[in-house]
Amino acid sequence: MPPPFTRLTAPAVPIDLPNVDTDRVIPARFLRKPQGSAGYDTYLFHDVRFDAAGAERPEFVLNQPGFREARIVVAAENFGCGSSREAAVWALAAYGIRAVIAPSLGDIFHQNCGKNGVLAVILPAAVVAELRRQLHARPGAVLTVDLEAQTVTAPDGAVHCFEIDPFRKQMLLSGQDDIGLTLGYESQIAAYETGHRAAPPWLTPAL
Amino acid sequence: MARTMFEKIWARHVVAEGPGGQTLLYIDRHLLHEGSTPAFLRLAKTGRRVRRPDLSFATADHYVQTSPGAPAPDAEIRNMIEILDAHTTQQGIVLFGQGDARRGIVHVIGPEQGLTLPGMLLVCGDSHTATHGALGALAFGIGSSEVEHVLATQTLWQRKPKTMRITVDGRLGAGVGAKDVILAIIAHISAAGGVGHALEYAGAVLRSMSMAERMTVCNMSIEAGARCGMVAPDDTTYAYVKGRPFAPAGEAWERALAYWRTLPSDADATFDREVRLDGAAIAPTVTWGTSPQDALPITARVPDPAAVEPGRRASLERALAYMGLTGGMPLTDVTVDRVFIGSCTNSRLEDLRAAAAVAKGRRAVVPAWIVPGSGLVKEAAEREGLDRIFREAGFDWREAGCSMCVGMNGETARERERVASTSNRNFEGRQGKGARTHLMSPAMAAAAAVTGRLTDVRGLA
Repeated sequence: MPPPFTRLTAPAVPIDLPNVDTDRVIPARFLRKPQGSAGYDTYLFHDVRFDAAGAERPEFVLNQPGFREARIVVAAENFGCGSSREAAVWALAAYGIRAVIAPSLGDIFHQNCGKNGVLAVILPAAVVAELRRQLHARPGAVLTVDLEAQTVTAPDGAVHCFEIDPFRKQMLLSGQDDIGLTLGYESQIAAYETGHRAAPPWLTPAL
Repeated sequence: MARTMFEKIWARHVVAEGPGGQTLLYIDRHLLHEGSTPAFLRLAKTGRRVRRPDLSFATADHYVQTSPGAPAPDAEIRNMIEILDAHTTQQGIVLFGQGDARRGIVHVIGPEQGLTLPGMLLVCGDSHTATHGALGALAFGIGSSEVEHVLATQTLWQRKPKTMRITVDGRLGAGVGAKDVILAIIAHISAAGGVGHALEYAGAVLRSMSMAERMTVCNMSIEAGARCGMVAPDDTTYAYVKGRPFAPAGEAWERALAYWRTLPSDADATFDREVRLDGAAIAPTVTWGTSPQDALPITARVPDPAAVEPGRRASLERALAYMGLTGGMPLTDVTVDRVFIGSCTNSRLEDLRAAAAVAKGRRAVVPAWIVPGSGLVKEAAEREGLDRIFREAGFDWREAGCSMCVGMNGETARERERVASTSNRNFEGRQGKGARTHLMSPAMAAAAAVTGRLTDVRGLA
């Protein structure tokens, strides 16, 4: 069961690069590590966060004072594009990230966030760019993300409303898992299987 | 009301309309691989069973070694394959495992086995699942939680995406193929252009393509930001499907065919967005940067940071620094250290034929790997003598798998090594930590292998 998300006031980290892919978020060689195993948080952005000797790269934003404690990522366009690896969200969550704010997100990454209690917030590019600018100007500044009210409060106090799928909102607020919900639709699934689906025989291969 | 192909297939799979505009969809086919094992483990923990093992099919591709007889480099890699084996056996799911010639890259073997059919809704825990859309199926990649959801319920909650039609008119020039078309499309609409959309590829260029070529195009829909991309089925599709092991036969074939003919978008159907490209204007295309949208004709020069708008400069400089390139240099001046021909994008028999036509009678001057998409592709290529052509030209002829496209099995390029690759992603570190990837067609990759640099295949007599 994912942890519920209601309201979060926490430091945020700006990530300015557009099209941050999930290979960058977690390199492929870590995908064989069990979710939640010791050190999972260190896989996050591993190859841009640490050098070959394992030392922090000071130029990477998450290694800079004020941003280490981030619980919110404020990203650029198409964050989380590429591979479907849910491990990208697992690594963010292991680090403590509970919300990602961006002008757009990779579609599969977007879905994966919701399944793990990470709130994905889509806001206009200009608004997100302004949030990143304020965070760069004041490292460690906090944002408030209120899911119930569907608002993000910027460091300067400006309040931005966001849209969210009511289904996803309810799942996040309650921390409910989709499978539990879907099992409540058993009679409809069974009806689909016996009715509609029974007709085309090629759909069920003879094994 | 006129409907698109996407809308027709979607409507046929609706189990229930749920809360908040979400739809519960029925899944006709669920394809699995070693990367699906965390979902199996979670399912086992909750004591749930796989609802429809008869609609689930598995193969080992991401973690298998592609050098004949090589042991897995570590226990974790071996473990991924063993867990898949154990869970599929336990749940009664057909597995095309090691030692089975039908084993191969999941997006190659689905169509090859006739498991992928027009009008189906197919999912797989892999972002390149759109490949199957080439047959006129609605196919998209899902995350691990969604894999578990499909295992448990054979359904998925989805919100209906918007639709986009990408029409490629005219005719392709000599030496230009499906990979060039999709790279040109991605460069045109951008890596985020398809976010939130279901793509349909159309136009004379798509109609004249073979199934393998259509699969190459649909495969990279995700690189344009779209979860699914599809091509309307036609006689090319039906000829491809007929006689495949899991395809309908006899009376069922006739009924299936009658249904499939109703699938193409109605003539007056409208799309949320329309994009048109001229096929004749597409040249052999290569990527220079670290996003698939960083694609240019081989005749072009690497973009110059001084010549772009300030907003783009920082990310361009970063990409060039990672790639070790200088702005303004001709692409044909870029030397390569290694060549990889394979992946779910370009590892089918036709791809290997195109590469072999270039390799024949020439000599690779850098290490060059050929990794067939499936055991059956490998066997078919060997029957035609393609393996001999490659071996004589100094290429390494390997076993089927994902291999260096993603390097999960440990087969990676070295730091700063520059790879001419027929795969789908040129992200930083994709083919190994610090490795530099240039994406291109199999013919172009073979040309790079024999010259040691990015080369316009049209100039190789």
